[in-house]
Amino acid sequence: MIGLVSYLTFFLTMAGIMAIITLGLNLHWGYTGLFNGGVVAFFGAGAYGTMILGGPSQPDQFGGFELPYLVALGGGVVIAGALAWVVGLLTLRLRHDYLAISTFGIAVALEAVARNAQWLTGGARGLRGFPRPFEDQIDNNFLFGVVFLLIVLTVLGLIWLSIERLVNSPFGRALRAIREDEVAARALGKNPVRLRLWSLVIGAAIMGAGGGLYVSYTAFVSPQDLLPILTFQIWAMLIVGGAGNNRGAVLGAVLIWGVWTLSGFALTRLAPASMQIDAGSIQYILIGTLIVCMLIWRPEGLLPEKIKKSQPMTARKAASNSTRE
Amino acid sequence: MIQSILDGILTGAIISLGAIGLTLIMHILRFANFAYAELLAIGAYVALVFDQLFPVLVPALDTAFAPLTLTGALALSMVIAMVLTGLSAVVIDALVFKRIRQKAGPLSMVFASFGVALVIRNVIVLIFGHHAQLYSQDIARATVISFDPLILIKPDQVFVLALALALMLALHLILTRTTFGFALRAVAENPSLAQVAGVRLSTMVAAVWVIAGSLSAVAGTLYALTNQLNPLIGHVFLLPVFAATIVGGIGSVYGAVLGGFIVGIASGLALMILPPGYAPAMPFLIILAVLLFRPQGLFGEEQQ
Amino acid sequence: MTALVVTKLEAGYVRDLPILHGVSLRAETAKLTVIIGPNGAGKSTLIKAIAGLIPVGSGRVMLGEQDITGIRPDQMGTYGLAYVPQTDNIFRNLSIRENLGLVLRRSSGAAARMEELFDLFPDLGAKRTERAAALSGGQRQMLAVAMALANKPRVILLDEPSAGLSPKIAAEVLDLVRGLTAQGVTVLLVEQNVKQALRVADHCYILAEGRNQIDGPAAQIAADPVVGEIYLGGRRLEPS
Repeated sequence: MIGLVSYLTFFLTMAGIMAIITLGLNLHWGYTGLFNGGVVAFFGAGAYGTMILGGPSQPDQFGGFELPYLVALGGGVVIAGALAWVVGLLTLRLRHDYLAISTFGIAVALEAVARNAQWLTGGARGLRGFPRPFEDQIDNNFLFGVVFLLIVLTVLGLIWLSIERLVNSPFGRALRAIREDEVAARALGKNPVRLRLWSLVIGAAIMGAGGGLYVSYTAFVSPQDLLPILTFQIWAMLIVGGAGNNRGAVLGAVLIWGVWTLSGFALTRLAPASMQIDAGSIQYILIGTLIVCMLIWRPEGLLPEKIKKSQPMTARKAASNSTRE
Repeated sequence: MIQSILDGILTGAIISLGAIGLTLIMHILRFANFAYAELLAIGAYVALVFDQLFPVLVPALDTAFAPLTLTGALALSMVIAMVLTGLSAVVIDALVFKRIRQKAGPLSMVFASFGVALVIRNVIVLIFGHHAQLYSQDIARATVISFDPLILIKPDQVFVLALALALMLALHLILTRTTFGFALRAVAENPSLAQVAGVRLSTMVAAVWVIAGSLSAVAGTLYALTNQLNPLIGHVFLLPVFAATIVGGIGSVYGAVLGGFIVGIASGLALMILPPGYAPAMPFLIILAVLLFRPQGLFGEEQQ
Repeated sequence: MTALVVTKLEAGYVRDLPILHGVSLRAETAKLTVIIGPNGAGKSTLIKAIAGLIPVGSGRVMLGEQDITGIRPDQMGTYGLAYVPQTDNIFRNLSIRENLGLVLRRSSGAAARMEELFDLFPDLGAKRTERAAALSGGQRQMLAVAMALANKPRVILLDEPSAGLSPKIAAEVLDLVRGLTAQGVTVLLVEQNVKQALRVADHCYILAEGRNQIDGPAAQIAADPVVGEIYLGGRRLEPS
């Protein structure tokens, strides 16, 4: 019984961290229409940043500054945001797919750094021994899990509320305005590039917070945490849940993480031994198919955005469709 | 140094072949296709299947054209791979991208292309396994061009470069000498006017996918011939071909060719300084440099 | 004889948001029919809808005996209809010969027809191997018209061929358009330049807010004091 509850705590903690990252992506894609092809890069920047700033010092290793927990976590968030700022500065003035390619590229580059820059990231072995918050005070593993779950849920709630406030502020309305009709928004004196840049940076910082929490929970980070599959998972969460809607994003996160965990479980338990080695691939195929099918048949997700799409958006689409077969 | 440049030119030729189709697709369909490099993988694996099949049927095909390790079987398989990969590209478009572009914006297609890439790559893993494979078990002997500095070239590499250049020349002639080429360039410049001029868009889109698929099949096979083949080939080539299109300017075939060589050579040279583990990050740095200094690329038109 | 009959055409860029609310018109064979009207009247939308570039909600377009409503734009040429857009109406990256070769690629006597066109437009013939981007404004319109004429259409639609040209060149281009009718081609022209348009036209339709307003022989419209008052005189709806 305690095992099941303990597992449930673990599951919810991970789902909560995923939900935080999905909220960040929702700010990018759902509210601003920015395509982030490297979610894992900002997650990873937050994770490695937090670890390097707050982790234990080790011989021949840069970092391990053993900074207080909140400072380390905040540092990770700032590093993730700064990374987004640089990418945004270079790409947001250009055609939309430059951002997609560059964010994808930064994820690849970051993984290469994580694997190779031994002095900074510990290389393939990664970095270990992060002092988990409250770990010293609570010597019961189960209780620690529960406390950490509460921390994650609190952070999730805070981020949710902040994003809700943000998107209902003049800033958020301007974001939606440029997403729907950039020309009109520009005519109203909005600066689309600057608004997008802020959205990109804030969303990436939220993803960095997810990475920081992840490293605080597992006390360990390695290049294996930087695999592109995380980007796909987060996308699937947002697309399934419904972009432009925070409830949808969180629902999608729990749902997809559940399906992912269960499918992994089912494959390892039920599939014949000869297929075990392919279990990962089967999961990847499932998630890829899910993304494609959702986009074809239910692009608005399970919980669609409530705002009615304004005319100009559909008008533009129809105009561009009319020239294509 | 010279060895690095030579190796860079070779990789560059393969990247160029891959980037030609991508630049056309990105320009005409207006989306960054992250599933594109999987066409290299499809091509290389289709060639592998037929390369193993033919010698069983016709043993004579198994002899290599000395001094190459290329056999008649593989040459034939490559042609079949071009056809089948071109067809796969058309089928994938009809199944996925066409449906999405009819009702949603280009970014939904970018999303979908990631999903497609994930599916293709892992279906390949399921069928062929994770391990690396080779077309030929023969050891390719390198010819020493010079001892000081030591420069080695394998006959296969010369063949790869020659074939890549020949295909590019053929494409150039098609684009500039045939009315089909005019139509293709017309669609790339102004799809709506091209329709008015009597060009059927859906036919041209299919044609572009066939060109993209067949050139990618050659690129994938040539890479596998000079290196080895594993299911990650698409993932490995994705960023380099994107970098080549951005360097050359999206929509420019000649830009893509030049961009491919630039990316190949720059990566080769950079690895003289950096440890090889950083190789995957090189195209990203090149992309950043282009965005910083010349965002429209070498031959691209100004955007926005 | 009527070459083109448009009946109660409803069309727009978006479903359920028509810009044309049942426009009708007839273009007589080998005559020049001009459509004028204020900005936003739906003039360009009308000829784009006829050319098949905009989905038609309801109504019909008859080309002689053939119903061409909803035909794909790339097939219009085979029915004998050609369309010259207002802007971006040539391929700048293609040479002049390639531009013409493109539209002639399905015809059997392409080379001979191209020579005929170069005889008709000596300026283009002189620059045949150059990129179209190198042409002057008036020459670009000539090339656009030559491309439309290449396959000997029965009806040609032109969207403001004089836009952006100097008055002298604009008059030359309109004279050229007028000359097409002498070869038996039916011309349907949209123009902002009302005076010049009425000078060369046989028949005139006035469109406003997506609906027919007035129509009549061009000379009569030009002389009509009421129309003159609204469209040519004091209360001008046109920026000229």
